Amino acid sequence: MNKITNNKAWFLVLPVFFIVAISAIIPLMTVVNYSVQDIFDPQTRFFVGTEWFEQVLADRRLHDALIRQIVYTMSVLFIEVPLGIAVALTLPRNGWGVSASMVLLALPLLIPWNVVGTIWQIFGRADIGLGGYVINLMGIDYNYAQNPMDAWLTVLVMDVWHWTSLIVLLCYAGLRSIPDAYYQAAKIDGASRWAVFRFIQLPKMQSVLVIGVLLRFMDSFMIYTEPFVLTGGGPGNATTFLSQFLTRMAVGQFDLGPAAAFSLVYFLIILLVCWVFYTVVMNAGKQGEQ
Amino acid sequence: MAWMAWTPITAAFFSCIILMLIGMGVWQAVSPTVPRRGFLPLTTTRGDRLFISLLGAAYIHLGWLAFTDAALWIGSIIALVWLIIVMRWG
Repeated sequence: MNKITNNKAWFLVLPVFFIVAISAIIPLMTVVNYSVQDIFDPQTRFFVGTEWFEQVLADRRLHDALIRQIVYTMSVLFIEVPLGIAVALTLPRNGWGVSASMVLLALPLLIPWNVVGTIWQIFGRADIGLGGYVINLMGIDYNYAQNPMDAWLTVLVMDVWHWTSLIVLLCYAGLRSIPDAYYQAAKIDGASRWAVFRFIQLPKMQSVLVIGVLLRFMDSFMIYTEPFVLTGGGPGNATTFLSQFLTRMAVGQFDLGPAAAFSLVYFLIILLVCWVFYTVVMNAGKQGEQ
Repeated sequence: MAWMAWTPITAAFFSCIILMLIGMGVWQAVSPTVPRRGFLPLTTTRGDRLFISLLGAAYIHLGWLAFTDAALWIGSIIALVWLIIVMRWG
């Protein structure tokens, strides 16, 4: 085993450490402090122990929001990841088409979240929006402001439109890194199109796909702005996801204690899922190499 | 630091975490960890096992609060036992 003799490079990590401490660790510590207290103002606060956690864990509305969130995130991943891979596989490999498709694909990613919400809010309206008008013209009664299912589908389609490009671009980068020799060898062996995908392209895309899926998981699990602008969480609570529920609790009702307790539960869910996913995928890759 | 709304219990909690990290750092410097495989279905280093046991401990406490009305310190003892088991045999 090679022993590392010089660890001075770790000092170069110090600036990042300080930035993360200020932007993430200290706020997180504050949230932990808030979660065990009833806070009226900075001077008036009382220790309540685990009361907020018990209250939040038993909250029916929270369970509903969590289920909605899980269904939504799973739908997003099941649509965006296969679709992203499929689109990446069909993109041109050389010529002017590469730049053109890159620019087109990057466009949705450049649009700010609240603008995306506004675009779809107008696009989906039956009176002034092209999308809503055309769907109604086809005889489908579509109204995302009144029908929960329509609202749900609109938020889902909006996310697919906004973020599939990210998966496409990441997969495309992975595909471009495969040397031609692999394809030539596959051709000599008479490998089918599926075999090329399964044994050459997919393993080579693995590391970028892990990043892509983790990013999409975390982002969609924390989604706030787009549904807030598009539907405001409605109709009823149909599109009220966890972060909106949390914001309503913390900023709307100013229940800082329960909101902090809920934030920690939320954080632990994301931490666990990301860790399990990362570990499983990375270990699967190691076993494949052996 | 008044805005961080510290309480003695959370201060003790974070002190324990920081001491644990410093302890692990010193331990690593004195005798570097060797990845190994225990009862957990993956190869882990000492740091991995600490992370797994702390995450597990958090979920044990949450589960305790959600599903029982019994005193929380019983859950804490279970979490401590879990931590020792994972660190030793994980």
